[in-house]
Amino acid sequence: MFWETAGHLSANMEATAAVILFGVGFTMLLLHRNLIKKIMGMNIMDTAVYLFLAAKGYIHGRMVPIVADGIQEVTAYINPVPSGLVLTGIVVSVSTTALMLALTKRLYEQYGSLDLDEILILAKEEEEKAV
Amino acid sequence: MSLVQNFPFFSIIIAMFSGIISSVLSGRKARNLSLFMITVTTALSFFVLCYCQETGESYTYMMGHFPAPWGNEIRAGVLEGLTATLFGLVMFLAVLGGIDHTAADVEPGKLNLFYIMIDLMLSSLLALVYTNDLFTAYVFVEINTIAGCGLIMIRQKKKSMSAAIRYMIMSQLGSGLFLIGLSVLYDVTGHLLMSPAKESVSRILAQGSYEIPMLVILAVISVGLAIKSGLYPFHYWIPDTYGYATPTASAVLSGLVSKGYIFLLIKIFYRVLGNEHVIGSRLINILYWFGIAGMMMGSIHAIAEKDTRRMIAYSSVAQIGYIYMGIGLGTDQGMIAAVFHIFTHSVTKALLFISAVGLYEVSGNKTDYHSLRGSAYRNPLAAAGFTVGSLSMVGFPMLSGFISKLLFAASALDGTDWKMLPTLIALAVSTTLNAIYFLRQVITLYSGPRSGPKKAAEVSSAGNKSSWMLRTSILCLIAFNVFLGVSSQPIVQAIADGLAMFD
Amino acid sequence: MSRRKDHYEISRWLRFKRWVDGEVDPLSRGMEAQPAWKKEERDARVKQRLRERESGKQEAVKQEESGRQRKKARASSVPEILNTRGIRWFQRFYRIMSVLLCLSIIFVLLWTIAYLPPFGNAGNPANNEVPARYIERGLQETGAVNIVTGMILDYRAFDTFGESCVLFIASCCVLVLLRLDKESGQDAKGGNAKAARARKESEENDRLFEPKNDVILQKCACVLVPLIFVFGIYIILNGHLSPGGGFSGGAVLGSGLILYLNAFGFKKTEQFFTEKVYRRVTLCALTFYCLAKSYSFFTGANHLESGIPLGTPGAILSSGLILPLNICVGLVVACTMYAFYTLFRKGGM
Repeated sequence: MFWETAGHLSANMEATAAVILFGVGFTMLLLHRNLIKKIMGMNIMDTAVYLFLAAKGYIHGRMVPIVADGIQEVTAYINPVPSGLVLTGIVVSVSTTALMLALTKRLYEQYGSLDLDEILILAKEEEEKAV
Repeated sequence: MSLVQNFPFFSIIIAMFSGIISSVLSGRKARNLSLFMITVTTALSFFVLCYCQETGESYTYMMGHFPAPWGNEIRAGVLEGLTATLFGLVMFLAVLGGIDHTAADVEPGKLNLFYIMIDLMLSSLLALVYTNDLFTAYVFVEINTIAGCGLIMIRQKKKSMSAAIRYMIMSQLGSGLFLIGLSVLYDVTGHLLMSPAKESVSRILAQGSYEIPMLVILAVISVGLAIKSGLYPFHYWIPDTYGYATPTASAVLSGLVSKGYIFLLIKIFYRVLGNEHVIGSRLINILYWFGIAGMMMGSIHAIAEKDTRRMIAYSSVAQIGYIYMGIGLGTDQGMIAAVFHIFTHSVTKALLFISAVGLYEVSGNKTDYHSLRGSAYRNPLAAAGFTVGSLSMVGFPMLSGFISKLLFAASALDGTDWKMLPTLIALAVSTTLNAIYFLRQVITLYSGPRSGPKKAAEVSSAGNKSSWMLRTSILCLIAFNVFLGVSSQPIVQAIADGLAMFD
Repeated sequence: MSRRKDHYEISRWLRFKRWVDGEVDPLSRGMEAQPAWKKEERDARVKQRLRERESGKQEAVKQEESGRQRKKARASSVPEILNTRGIRWFQRFYRIMSVLLCLSIIFVLLWTIAYLPPFGNAGNPANNEVPARYIERGLQETGAVNIVTGMILDYRAFDTFGESCVLFIASCCVLVLLRLDKESGQDAKGGNAKAARARKESEENDRLFEPKNDVILQKCACVLVPLIFVFGIYIILNGHLSPGGGFSGGAVLGSGLILYLNAFGFKKTEQFFTEKVYRRVTLCALTFYCLAKSYSFFTGANHLESGIPLGTPGAILSSGLILPLNICVGLVVACTMYAFYTLFRKGGM
């Protein structure tokens, strides 16, 4: 049972690698203190999902889905759907990364630190002083 | 195809288009355009609701020249029309009530950007309500998240920025989980549109293949959307976020944004995974227990809070716990109660945030518990609004909160085996806890010296009379709340009809 | 909610060795990058940090006025809070739990993968009638030789519309955060002087970083920028005939603009690309996209003929609305990339 599973996983190497990267990116986003590393973790997580999706489109022995020489058989091309989903996903990932980096820059200007715990402690202190 | 059937599509496109145009308008024109657009889309959604109630069934609308499963489509029915109308109304009243504060909080050169966020937030909520496609749902969930972040940080104060980054981090965790759940679902079924995916899923479940992936898909999608909507263990971003935003933003975020994600979750349960399968797997019990935990812990944290805004935000955590408890009950009645509570909570939370702002204005812009002593005599209408909202949250008869608690209790007694006792106990205990902090605040408002803290008289000289927009908004929200409470029967019937045609 | 930052080499032997050799790690307390020409300041700062680390207290010594003096006045209690024994035990516990959490997520998902359809198999559930129609009839129905472009801009065009809106709203949010406005007329908060000072400060900071008249960069840019622009335009125009499309072509165009800006400076770039140009281009492109797609959705849903000719497949002017939409998307993406760059660098165009 264990060897079957290991065999299946090594046959699906792309999906396995994608899932390992997803776990790594998820933990980085959740648990690192440094904001830049969190953003890196988010990017690793998103890229891992795109790897997973793109791998799901591939079919052995077939060509890229651009009609060549007028051949329009289903058996000649890979599945074009996941590629389209990945295109959309990459743009979404770029947008959220830009937004989070802009927030990080503003936080750094205001607090002088990139460490989320430190920022929260400083913010709390200021609030207590203001009240 | 009658003209009315085009209205869902029109409402989404009009909202997006006005957002795009607002990028070159000045602040005031963007604001007027935004208010006009929200009115128009609410009216369109209301017509859709009437049409669907007449015909008695939901219909699909092709977005493009190709039918499902090759092209995109949206679907409209009674429940979608009702939800869209309600979201539009609450958003209109929230924007109207907070106009002056928005103008004061936001830099003048960036005011039109605020209204762009409002427009795009409304369009993404409408798209989440009407969509029939999973990947479109993901894209609009991202628009919702980014618009929500924009609403929080538009104030550009330090606390808003740190709240915004925490919000984005938690939201991205939820989005990542949702996306990988979606990818595995696509891999197993081969469809992205909800109705063909459901056929595929029922075939898979009948055959018994892919058992573990289906379980993991359900778990991952539920956890992803639960993180985004603020279910109990994932609620750490809520108090800062709702507490430090401008009043319109707080009302919109707490009232509408989380509800959009919960509505999407209900839609996925009904239309993709099949309600029987969801109930049969034990995962719904986990949502149930977290809902109950949220009800308790949210109220306990709220009791400990001294700042009124954070107290209202923690009560949001408790109310979202109610909704998840209703979903977790696993019966039709429980789902009806949960959807009705979505409506109640949107209206009441908007009322609480907007009227609380009226109270802060006359107390020297201080938000803590003691400064608000006696502010009811300085601003009677806002205090009336706050009182009505609090009583509704506690469950006073004739107000909407009473009906939702009644529906929860009735659904617990009906058809659930072991969940009845915990539900009833939790309802009773959380009502008591709600009463403790809300009624404490209401009593403080009406007691104490009639003049405010010494600084207030000088500081809030201009704001002693709240603007007519704030007052209109509070009045309308009070009226809406009482309407939901008194004549709830047609609405509950509409929800029941809508859920029957939802899958 | 996070774990303590690890040093790269944490073993005691290496630490002892470094201490013996007198090596110093200037990045050990933060990720702030220092410009190279402020070397004396950086060295002084590093020495001070070493002194502080020995004495166990952190004092903020910063050279710039705004924001840093506040931290000095704070005499921050952060290290004290973070060094209390309870927090340190908690952080150790947290480190272990975080590794366990990561491993459990990976394990659950790997367990799922073990039951999923195999890689590259033609009989997968995903290869059903949906891609079959895209491949067999995509060319006739959309007119695009590139099946993926036909799919995202015709069959599933609503998703792409949503995606352009994501880009638009993200650029609006970044504008809110980073754009430094000119001083407005009546600023009730008195932030007038503050805004003017912030703007002037960012201009001066930027002039420090801007490589003024760097010969190598300018000569290379003279050659490369036209090539990059032509390549970007080629990718956009050929989106429906070969791999490419609005998004990738727009990114290439954006990078060409950024290279031009870096080589020749803001003055020269502002001759043809200002904020007004940015706003007008994005408005026109997004409006055209919105109207064209609404027309397409409306006629499609109401079963009307759309009346847009598909042309001969393989020609550039073919495939109905796909070519204009690609151009719109390309322009929006190029402007957005350039806007992100200038907002991060200087706070405006």
